Amino acid sequence: MFDGLRDLLIGLLGKGDLADVLAVVVYCALPLVVILLYALFAILAEMKLSAWLQDRLGPMRVGPWGILQPIADILKLLQKEDITPTQADKKLYNLSPFLVFIGSYLGFAVLPFSAMYAGARLNVGIFYLVAVSGLVVVGILMAGWSSNNKYSLFGAMRSVAQIVSYEIPAGLAILSVVMIAGTMDLQTISKLQEGGVQNWFIFGGPKNLAGFGGATAWALAPVMMIAFLIYFIASLAETNRVPFDIPEAESELVAGYHTEYSAMKFALFFLAEYANMLVVSAVASILFLGGWNSPFGEFLGGPVMGLVWFLGKAIFFVMVQIWIRWTLPRLRVDQLMHICWKVMIPFGMATVLLVGTIVTWFAH
Amino acid sequence: MSELFNRTMTTIAPAPVKIIPAERVEPNRIKTEEMILNVGPQHPSTHGVLRLEAVLDGELVIDVIPHLGYLHRCFEKHCEAMTYPQVIPYVDRMDYLAAMNSEHGYALAVERMMGIEVPEKVEFIRVLFAELQRIASHLVAVGTFGLDVGAFTPFLYCFRDREDILEMFEKTCGARLLYNYIWVGGLSHDLHPDVLKMCRDFVKKNRATHAEVNNLLTFNKIFVERTINIGILKPDVAINCGASGPMLRGSGVKWDLRRDDPYSIYDRFEFDIPVGTGKMGTVGDCFDRHWVRMLEWEQSLNIIEQILEQYPQDDKTDVQKAVPKRIKPAIGEIYSRTENPRGELGYYISSKDGINPARVKVRSPAFVNLSLLPIISRGYMMADLIIILGSIDIVLGEVDR
Repeated sequence: MFDGLRDLLIGLLGKGDLADVLAVVVYCALPLVVILLYALFAILAEMKLSAWLQDRLGPMRVGPWGILQPIADILKLLQKEDITPTQADKKLYNLSPFLVFIGSYLGFAVLPFSAMYAGARLNVGIFYLVAVSGLVVVGILMAGWSSNNKYSLFGAMRSVAQIVSYEIPAGLAILSVVMIAGTMDLQTISKLQEGGVQNWFIFGGPKNLAGFGGATAWALAPVMMIAFLIYFIASLAETNRVPFDIPEAESELVAGYHTEYSAMKFALFFLAEYANMLVVSAVASILFLGGWNSPFGEFLGGPVMGLVWFLGKAIFFVMVQIWIRWTLPRLRVDQLMHICWKVMIPFGMATVLLVGTIVTWFAH
Repeated sequence: MSELFNRTMTTIAPAPVKIIPAERVEPNRIKTEEMILNVGPQHPSTHGVLRLEAVLDGELVIDVIPHLGYLHRCFEKHCEAMTYPQVIPYVDRMDYLAAMNSEHGYALAVERMMGIEVPEKVEFIRVLFAELQRIASHLVAVGTFGLDVGAFTPFLYCFRDREDILEMFEKTCGARLLYNYIWVGGLSHDLHPDVLKMCRDFVKKNRATHAEVNNLLTFNKIFVERTINIGILKPDVAINCGASGPMLRGSGVKWDLRRDDPYSIYDRFEFDIPVGTGKMGTVGDCFDRHWVRMLEWEQSLNIIEQILEQYPQDDKTDVQKAVPKRIKPAIGEIYSRTENPRGELGYYISSKDGINPARVKVRSPAFVNLSLLPIISRGYMMADLIIILGSIDIVLGEVDR
């Protein structure tokens, strides 16, 4: 797709550096367009879904049925005064929202949106993704520390305690997929699951993989379902949303690490949260639910429908996250650690062991 | 008590590490520096304008000192300059979530001083409204408690049903929050003809909400895990400190003034007094207090159903029949107490034979219950402190007066 884009720009601007640079910029900025459009949609969806769950109407004033409310909110945030507390560590304070957003945005670089488009095809794709999403926590810690506010500091500390808890089970769940697929490249992982719903990794992966046959793959299915569950729970913790919204627990910490932030810096945290929701949902759908593959094999397949399937699956998980957000209460920080360390890690270990055993036993 | 009082009044207390009961501190804990965290008065979970000064060691609460007075409005002093009926709007503004109950208690106190007998119909309406108000108050208590735990949706379900109650009040007396409805010797208006039917519909609808809140909140695994075994209030401590209402009953003490010191016509109705039994964890923990409120809500619905059955619909008595022209009690004093949604609401009124009370002193249940907060929250985590405060269910208007 990059070559096509470059050819198009060369055709328009003539051969030269300008066309090459523009091609790179446009190619890299495509996910940003997706994020911004998706954020508008997700904010509205969150407002409307929560309203329907709670027997309310939700926003009704801006545009028909309030569909322009997110735009009004963004305009409002743009107009707000950008406050920096006098006692804050100004460098870190101003840097951290960008770091948090960059951490979320970098993840999009390796996501295969369809068979034609993946920003960068890294052979360590998923490994890279886990690493850069860990970067978000550095930003959160910086925000909490530099705000010079005890509530912010509390939120930041809790966030760090949270990352060391959820990253390991999430990593173990990812590892079981990587072991079956034999690659960490997300585009290859997506391609492997072609040919219908039975080839998705949640059902044990492709049934015609070289090395082991269909029966072995089916034997992996229950294990992979557990791995999927582990990943999904850990991803809720990663996005700091209920029931794991401990770093920004409203009733205890006011707003946690972003208590002091206002205007567009607050909006960046907000955007990063929604972008992060999409990343973890996209990863869940790539690793376990076939990514851009149609569930019906060739039917409704192809690169363009691939984008629809991919975004559809990802947004479905975003909706599930919203649903959970407005249903469950919040855990305490030690209960989160208990779940992560004493429940999810043993189960994750067991899935890794089982998958490893089955794959190596029957592969040769 | 006096020691506790002194400690509450000190602005900055030295961090008293040794007051944490030994069983709540892990052995070999790394000693870290203490931090004083100021919670409130503008904090989402202090239910108004309470300020808590929390001495923390990491996330562990070593001590907590409530600072009051942000909503102090000189209620008691004002009363001395007012005539007896003029006090009622002030009484409304004390516990603004249960204004009917406060009015009821005050009206009873003055009526007892003057020896006024009110018509039966008036008693029925008073008890009906007091119980509706009790449900409205518990709805807010349960909803905001859910909010403290992090569940947002039950809060709105509760407010939806509270709206129906306020509508009944509005139809009858025109006000939704601060009514000035129950007068000394009577009521300001007769019951609106629609209210009985609305009430019947409401009871049916509200039972469904009760079940819904139970499903969504009370028996949610996370909610149970968050609220059990924290903020344990032992029955002897509760009695010694003068706790009352769901706070006392949550600790397993069966004490309800509607039954133990009956007033109005409460002796005519059948109802249970739910007490905490350690249903999920320990007797007297936050879950028990929440559960007692849930059960009391159901009992109030039972009482309302009985009132609807027995209500004298053909009785055309004027509700202001017994209202005296001139309210001027003889020299003397009285302490009269009623069961407010938050506990024992007592009025001490002293009369020096004038049209103004010489002294009005209120025994506020929320104030007394709040004084227990330091005792039951030491040694738990910061996140638990918010839940413990929520389970006490304070209304700052009544704490500060």
